[in-house]
Amino acid sequence: MSMVPTLLSVENLSKSYGGVHAVRSVSFALRAGEILALIGPNGAGKSTCFDMLNGQNTPDSGRINLLGEDTVGKKPRQVWRLGVGRTFQITATFPTMTVRENVQVALVSYGRQLFNLWGSTASYAREEAGRLLDLVGMGAYAGRPCGELAYGDLKRLELAIALANQPKLLLMDEPTAGMAPRERIELMRLTAQIAREKSIGVLFTEHDMDVVFEHADRILVLNRGSLIAEGTPEQVRGNPQVRAIYLGEGLVYDSRHREGAGA
Amino acid sequence: MRRSYLLGAGLAIAVTGMANAAMAQSGEIKIGEINSYSLLPAFTEPYRKGWQLAVEEVNAAGGINGKKLVVVSKDDGGKPADATTAANELVSSENVAMLTGTFLSNIGLAVSDFANQKKVFFLAAEPLTDAITWSKGNRYTFRLRPSNYMQAAMLVEEAAKLPAKRWATIAPNYEYGQSAVAVFKKLMSEKRPDIVWVDEQWPPQGKIDAGPVVQAVAAANPEAILNVTFGADLVKLVREGNTRGLFKNRSVVSFLTGEPEYLDPLKDETPEGWIVTGYPWYDIKTPDHDKFLKAYQAKFNDYPRLGSIVGYQTIKAAAAILAKANSTDPEKLIAATEGLSMPSPFGEITFRKIDHQSTLGAYVGKTALKDGKGVMVNSVYRKGTDYLPSDAEVEKLRPKD
Amino acid sequence: MDETTDTETRASKRPPMAFYFVQFLTGLASAASLFLVASGLSIIFGVTRIVNFAHGAFYMLGAYVAFTLTERFSGALGFWGGIVVAALVVAVVGVIVEMVLLRRIYHAPELFQLLATFGLTLMVEDLVVLIWGPDDLLGRRAPGFKGAVDFFGQNIPTYDLFLIAISPIVLGGLWLLFQRTRWGVLVRAATQDRDMVAALGVNQKWLFTSVFALGVFLAALGGALQIPRDAVHHALDLRIIVDVFVVVVIGGLGSIIGAFVAAVLVSELNAFGILIFPKISIILVFLVMAVVLIVRPWGLFGKPEAAARRTPGLTVNPWRPLTTNERWLAMAGLAVAAMLPLFAGNYALTVGSEIAIFVIFAASLHFLMSVGGLASFGHAAYFGLGAYGVAFLAKMAGLPMIVSLLVGPLLGLVGAAIFGFFAVQLSGVYFAMLTLAFAQIVWSIAFQWVTVTGGDNGILGVWPEKWAAGPASFYWLSLGVAAIAVAILRVIVFSPFGFALRATRDSLLRSEAIGIDGKRVQWTAFVIAGTVAGFAGSLFAYLKGSVFPDSLGISLSVDALVMVLLGGVETVSGAVVGAIVFKALNIWLVSQTDLSKLVLGGFVVLIVVAFPKGIVGVLETIRNRRKSSSSESSSKSSLATSRIETAE
Repeated sequence: MSMVPTLLSVENLSKSYGGVHAVRSVSFALRAGEILALIGPNGAGKSTCFDMLNGQNTPDSGRINLLGEDTVGKKPRQVWRLGVGRTFQITATFPTMTVRENVQVALVSYGRQLFNLWGSTASYAREEAGRLLDLVGMGAYAGRPCGELAYGDLKRLELAIALANQPKLLLMDEPTAGMAPRERIELMRLTAQIAREKSIGVLFTEHDMDVVFEHADRILVLNRGSLIAEGTPEQVRGNPQVRAIYLGEGLVYDSRHREGAGA
Repeated sequence: MRRSYLLGAGLAIAVTGMANAAMAQSGEIKIGEINSYSLLPAFTEPYRKGWQLAVEEVNAAGGINGKKLVVVSKDDGGKPADATTAANELVSSENVAMLTGTFLSNIGLAVSDFANQKKVFFLAAEPLTDAITWSKGNRYTFRLRPSNYMQAAMLVEEAAKLPAKRWATIAPNYEYGQSAVAVFKKLMSEKRPDIVWVDEQWPPQGKIDAGPVVQAVAAANPEAILNVTFGADLVKLVREGNTRGLFKNRSVVSFLTGEPEYLDPLKDETPEGWIVTGYPWYDIKTPDHDKFLKAYQAKFNDYPRLGSIVGYQTIKAAAAILAKANSTDPEKLIAATEGLSMPSPFGEITFRKIDHQSTLGAYVGKTALKDGKGVMVNSVYRKGTDYLPSDAEVEKLRPKD
Repeated sequence: MDETTDTETRASKRPPMAFYFVQFLTGLASAASLFLVASGLSIIFGVTRIVNFAHGAFYMLGAYVAFTLTERFSGALGFWGGIVVAALVVAVVGVIVEMVLLRRIYHAPELFQLLATFGLTLMVEDLVVLIWGPDDLLGRRAPGFKGAVDFFGQNIPTYDLFLIAISPIVLGGLWLLFQRTRWGVLVRAATQDRDMVAALGVNQKWLFTSVFALGVFLAALGGALQIPRDAVHHALDLRIIVDVFVVVVIGGLGSIIGAFVAAVLVSELNAFGILIFPKISIILVFLVMAVVLIVRPWGLFGKPEAAARRTPGLTVNPWRPLTTNERWLAMAGLAVAAMLPLFAGNYALTVGSEIAIFVIFAASLHFLMSVGGLASFGHAAYFGLGAYGVAFLAKMAGLPMIVSLLVGPLLGLVGAAIFGFFAVQLSGVYFAMLTLAFAQIVWSIAFQWVTVTGGDNGILGVWPEKWAAGPASFYWLSLGVAAIAVAILRVIVFSPFGFALRATRDSLLRSEAIGIDGKRVQWTAFVIAGTVAGFAGSLFAYLKGSVFPDSLGISLSVDALVMVLLGGVETVSGAVVGAIVFKALNIWLVSQTDLSKLVLGGFVVLIVVAFPKGIVGVLETIRNRRKSSSSESSSKSSLATSRIETAE
C-alpha cells in the first residue's frame, strides 16, 4: 500500500463560525484508489470539511495538499482543474439541458473550449459523453431532458459529470441521499468499481451506515468538528467512542435526515 | 422553434396593415400635425382645441382656394424618435402638404431636421429653443411662438429696471432651462454690469426637490430671483417658497408663469408681484382677440390657454401660407411664407425672411391674486419684432442655406 | 459643462449654522415620502418577489383619490380622513389587482410579473387623465400645517415637521407589526424562505394578498401625503418609481430599516449636494446606488440572497437548433420579408426598418436575459452608445456611413465591457439595478455634456448616404443586419460558449464545480449583448437621422424587457416575435389614438394572463404537449419535475 501515491493530505484543518468550531484541527490522508468515508452525526462538520477541500470555503488554518499542490485559497474551478470531481448532497445539474448536454458542458470545460463561440456543442465530444453515460448506466437516457429524470438517475448523471475531467479524486457529499435503498447500493457499487478501475481516490460522506461499511476502505469519524476515530470499518465499528456517539441513534441512519450547514 | 420565419411573416403582416398610402383627394388639402398629446395633455389639449377652431373657421370661409383643409394629427408621446416616425407617416402615407406642431424643443428640432432632409415644409408651433431658427435653422422650418431669446429679452427689459443687484436663478436642468438662463444672464449683464449672480439651482425637469432648492437659494440671500421652472415643478417651488418666505421682499422674474396653463393650477397660492410673460386672456381688449375669445368660448365652453392661441394661429398661418402659395410645393410654400404678414389674436404678425421666426409677441405683466385665483395685471403686449437681435447678428447665428 | 463661471461663489457669504440644520430637516422631510413608498415596495418584493412596476401608479392613484376626497370634505377631519381613506381605497384596488391578475402569474417565469405591472402602469397613466382631466391639480394644504416655524431666522414648514415625524412612526408601526404579530412573523419568514412557509401549511394566497395590500396602502399613503406640497398630475408615477426602486436596492431588498436609511441618505446627499453641485440631483441617486452596490452587493442592510431556487415552471424542454426544414422555413420567412418593398409604401418600409432594428435590440437583451439569466434594466445604454458612436463618427469625424456603422457600435462594446465587469459581480435584482444605474449615468452624461452630445437637443443630421437613403434600401439593410444578428446569436446559443453560459445560469454551483469561470462567461455574454445592441442603436441613428439621450433612457430599456418577456423569456428566439408584436402594435397605436398607453397596457395585461409564458413560450408548450401526448410520457416525470424545482 505504501507504494500508492498520496492524493490528498489534510493537516490541522480548522474552521469556526462566530466562535463555534465547525471543524477543529482535522488531519488525514487519502491515497489513489482508496475509498474513504467521512461520517459523523448531524452538525459534526462533514459538509464544512468538504467545502474546504473543494474550495467553496476557506479554512481558518491548516493545510490541504492535493496532488502536490496547496489548494487553500483556490476556487472550486481551480481545484477541479487539478483533477477533482465533485457531487453534491442535493444534486446540482443543468435542468434545461439534455442528459448528454450536461456531460458535454463538462467536457467542453475540460477541453478548454468555454469561449468557443462558433462551434457546435451538439457534436462536441459526443462519443466521450456517451461513454461516460454508459459507464454510469445512463446511456439510454442521453437524449432525455435532464429535468425529467428521477432523483436516482440525477445522482448517476452527476457522477458522469464528475468523471468528465478524468479526475484523480472524487469528492462525493452524501452520494446516496434521497435514494431508494436498492439504488444506493447499486450507485456505490458502481462508484467503487469505477474508482478501482481508474485508480481514483474517493472521499465521501454518508448517513447510511450500510453503504459506509459496505464500501469504504477506511472511515473517518467526526464529532463536533474533531476527528475522533479513524480506521478500517472493523476498527471503527469496535471503537467505543464511536459507539457512544451513535448509541441510541442506531448505527443505520434514516437517510431522510440531512445534514444542515455543517456548523 | 419556428421563430425566424415568423420574423419575416410577422414583419410583413405588421407593415402591410399600415401601408394604406392615402391619396389626398383632389378636393382637400392635408396638413400633418404632431404634438405630445399623451405626455403633456395639460398643454396640448387647449392647443388642440385652438387648431380645431381654426380649421372650422378656415373651412367655413371657403377653405383654401376652394379646397377643404384637413388636419391629420399624431401623438409623439414626448419622444423625438416617435415624432420622426409620425412625421414619416404623415409625409409618406398621408401625403400632407406640410408638417406643423410640436411642443418640446428636442422634438421640434428632430422634426425640423427631418423636414430639412426630406424637403418638407415645417411650421413649428411651440418649441422655444433658439436653435430651431438660429444655430440649427434650415430653409424648410419656420417657427410661430416667440423664442426663448425673445421672451428673455422682454423680461430683461423689466428686470433691468429693478434695483436688485444680487441675483439667483432656478431653472430646470435641460436645454430649455439652460439657454433661458444663459440668454437672460447675457442680456441682463449687458444692461446692468453692476449685478452679481449669487446662486444657481438646476433641479431635474419634473423632479424638483423643492424644499432643499428653496433653502439653498435663500441661503445665498439674493435680492432677486429668475425662475424658469414651470408645470408641477413650479407648483412645488411656489408652495415651498411661500411657506419658507423665499419670495418675501424679493423680486422674482419668471418665464411663462403668466400663461394660464401654469398660473391657474397655483390657485390661491399664486405669488404676487412676479414679473412674468404670459397670456392674460381676460384683459385683452382688442377686436382680433375678442373675436377669437368669443368663438373659442362658444365652441368649447372653456376659456383659452396660451396653447389655444398657438394652436389656432398655427393653423391660421398654415392656411394663409397654402392660400398664398396656391400650391403644395415646398419651395413655393417657403417663398410664400418668407415675409408673409397676417392678423392674429395678438395683432399682426410677420414671418421673417431672415430667420423664419414669426414676430408673434407675448404679454409681460405682474402676477396678482384676484378672487382666489392667479391673474396677470398691468400687462403690456410686447411685439416680437422689438426683441430680436439685429439682422447682422442673426445672420451670424444662422447657418447659410 | 457649460458656462457658469460668472457665478459668484457662495463661500463669500457663508450661511449661518442654523441653515445647515434646517437643510438637514428639509432633507428628512423629502426622505419621508420616499421612505413610505419604498417600504411598501420592499415589503412586496420581500415576500412575493414581484418587481412591482405599478408601485408608482398606486402612489399616483393615492394622490388623485386623496385630492378628490379632500376637495369634497373640508375641515381637518375631511382632510386627514380623506388621506387615510384614499390610501385604503387604493389598497382595495391593489387587492383586486393582486387577486385578479397577479395570482394567476406567480408561477410564471421570474420578471413576468414585471410585465403585468408595467401594463397596469401604462393603463393607469391614461386612466387618470380620463378621470381627472389633463390639468395639474393643486390639492389643499393640510389644516394646522400651513405655515412655518422660525428657527434662528430660517423657516421650517410645519408640514415638513409632520412628515419628519411620520416616517419613524410608520417605521415603528411596521416594526411592531412584523415583530409582535403572528402575521408579521409569517411575513418575515416568507421574506427569508418562501418555500418553507408554504411547507408550514400557511395559506400563502392570503399572505401574499395581505402583503400586497399593505404595500399598496403605504404607496398610496405616500402619494396622498404629497398633495399639500405637490401638484397632482399624470406623470407622478414615473417621477417616483425609479427613485423608489433605487432606495429599496440601496437599503437592501426586503429590509424596511434599510429603506429608511437609504431614503434619508439619498435625500440628505441631495439636500447638501446641490449646495456644491447644483446639477447633481439628476444623477445623484444612481451614483449612490452604483457605489453602494459595488461596495456592498446586497445593499446596506440586505443579506446575500440564498442560492436562487429554480423558478417553478422553468422549461424542462431543452433548446435545440433548428432542423433543416425549420431552417428553410426561416429562410422563406426572411425572403417574404425581403419582398416587402415590392408592395409596401415608404412609410411601411420605414416602420419595417424600425421593427427590424428593435428585433436586433430585443434579441441582444434576450441573449443576456434568457441565455445568460441576467435581466438587465439598463440595456438601452448600449443601444444608445451605439447610436452616439455613429453620430460622433459621422458628424464629427465625417466618416463614411459604412465605416460609422461598423465602428460606432464599438462604443457599445466598450461601455458594456466597463459596466458589465462590475454588473456581473451581482445577480438577480441587484444586477438589474446596477445596470439601470449605469444606464442612467450614461444617460445623464449625454444629457449634461452639451458641448459634445448637444444635451437633450441631441445630435441632428445623421442621415444615411445615398446608397441607403431610400426607404427600401434602408429596410433591406436593417432586415439584413437583423437576420445576421439573430442568426449569429442563435449560433452562439448552441456553441460551447452558449452552453457554458446556460450552465452558469442553471447552476452556479455545478458550473463552478466543472471549472467554468461564471463571471468571465457572463461578462463575455454582457459584452456580446452590448455590442449587438450597439449595432441596433447605430442603425437607429441613421433611421431617425438624429440621436437624443432618449435612446439611452429607462423607457427604452423597459421596452426591450417587455419585448423579451412578451415573446417568451424561456425560448430561443421569442424576443424576435416579442419585438415585432410590441413595436408594430406600439407604432400603430401611437399613430391611431392618443390613448395608446391605455390600449397597449391592456393588451400587455391580457397577454400576461392568456400567455403566461410569453407568446412563443405558449406556442411551444402547445406543440410539446401534442408531441408528448403522442409519444409515451413516463409516469415518473411529473414527480421528477417537482423535485427539481427544489433541487437547487
